[in-house]
Amino acid sequence: MENLERIIAECPFFAGLDHAYLDLIVGCASNVRFEAGAYMFREGTPADTFYLIREGKVAIEMFVPHRKPIIVATVGEGEIVGWSWLLPPYVWKFNGHALHQTRAIALDGKCLRGKCEENHDLGYEVLKRLVQIVEHRLDEARFQQMDVYAVHR
Amino acid sequence: MTTAAISMEPMMPMAHLVREVVKETPDTFTLTLQPDNGEPAAPFLPGQFSMLWVFGVGELPISISGDPGKDDRLVYTVRSVGQATHAFVSQKPGSGVGVRGPFGTGWPVDVARGRDLVVVAGGIGLAPLRPVIYHVLSHRSEYDRLVLLYGARSPRDLLYRKELASWARMRDTQVLITVDYGGLSWRHHVGVVTTLFKFARLRPARSIAMLCGPEVMMRFVARDLEAHGLTRSQIYLSMERNMKCALGFCGHCQYGPHFICKDGPVFTYEQIGPMMNKYEL
Repeated sequence: MENLERIIAECPFFAGLDHAYLDLIVGCASNVRFEAGAYMFREGTPADTFYLIREGKVAIEMFVPHRKPIIVATVGEGEIVGWSWLLPPYVWKFNGHALHQTRAIALDGKCLRGKCEENHDLGYEVLKRLVQIVEHRLDEARFQQMDVYAVHR
Repeated sequence: MTTAAISMEPMMPMAHLVREVVKETPDTFTLTLQPDNGEPAAPFLPGQFSMLWVFGVGELPISISGDPGKDDRLVYTVRSVGQATHAFVSQKPGSGVGVRGPFGTGWPVDVARGRDLVVVAGGIGLAPLRPVIYHVLSHRSEYDRLVLLYGARSPRDLLYRKELASWARMRDTQVLITVDYGGLSWRHHVGVVTTLFKFARLRPARSIAMLCGPEVMMRFVARDLEAHGLTRSQIYLSMERNMKCALGFCGHCQYGPHFICKDGPVFTYEQIGPMMNKYEL
């Protein structure tokens, strides 16, 4: 448990978080590993986990009818995967696909939600950090949508 | 920026022969030219461009993408997007084209000496930056870390794949590649080029950054470099506008108080950053 706490404290997402809150979060955490090619989660299934990537690379895939899925983003070491665990209906909207062997800390979404509800200060800290990630990813998605390398005649 | 050396007859195209045509991507080709009089090719600085004359079609401003250390050739990587570029990339080995130049300012290889070089390229923007990479690799002891961040639209749009792989294996060199849209077989990053900063081994205080790509991409990249601690005077960009004379006479490429052809194409972000935020400029 002590080791998990250290790993979580070193994760950029939780940087600067009070030790008392880290203790609460560690109670929802476990170490996980995915082999290259394994699916961490699939679109439409319950989003009950939040991952802190320690090593490896995860493709965020989008299902496109009549086509193979496309990779819309990759997430690597030090980054987080997933916020669907926080908001109803708690269902994944994309596939998460390990491109290489991937090690992560899995945080039980239901457990973490419960602790955030019980302790709103913790909830605020987690939300502040998540919103920052959401903002970055939204910026990146807008930039991506501009399709800047296409030929614009 | 390094200043340009312009030939004695800057408006007179010199006859060159197409030596080789290599298809890089479905719409992008690299052409190697050599002077048809047997003389060495005009020396150039990394970042400079030439005016290429396709007889019967017109003239194109194209950055030189070859090795400045090889004086027997001039190399250009061109994306076929219109009539003139299509005519140029359709040339066969042995056919003749006209070349004026080189023109413009080069990348600040002297300023970067002894420091880390952060090269950020988007799409065809890797072509004008390749001579800098060649220069650094052939003067390796004079430069510190080389970090190349390269973004393209999709895996099939990546330029110079074999060279990217060989550069990635070199010491003190980090090569990170991303595409906006990846297929299932793609194993590198997916996302816009700015997402690579998270994985780049940056030392902002001792870095010089060189950027080339679509203007909007360079604006986002420059903003992120500033957020990482680089100052505007440490960031250099290569600009593009409609160039005709390449000598600052005709005014076609005027950009605020600058002529891109003569005062650029390489500028510091300090010089042109404010103009990049002006609408419709």
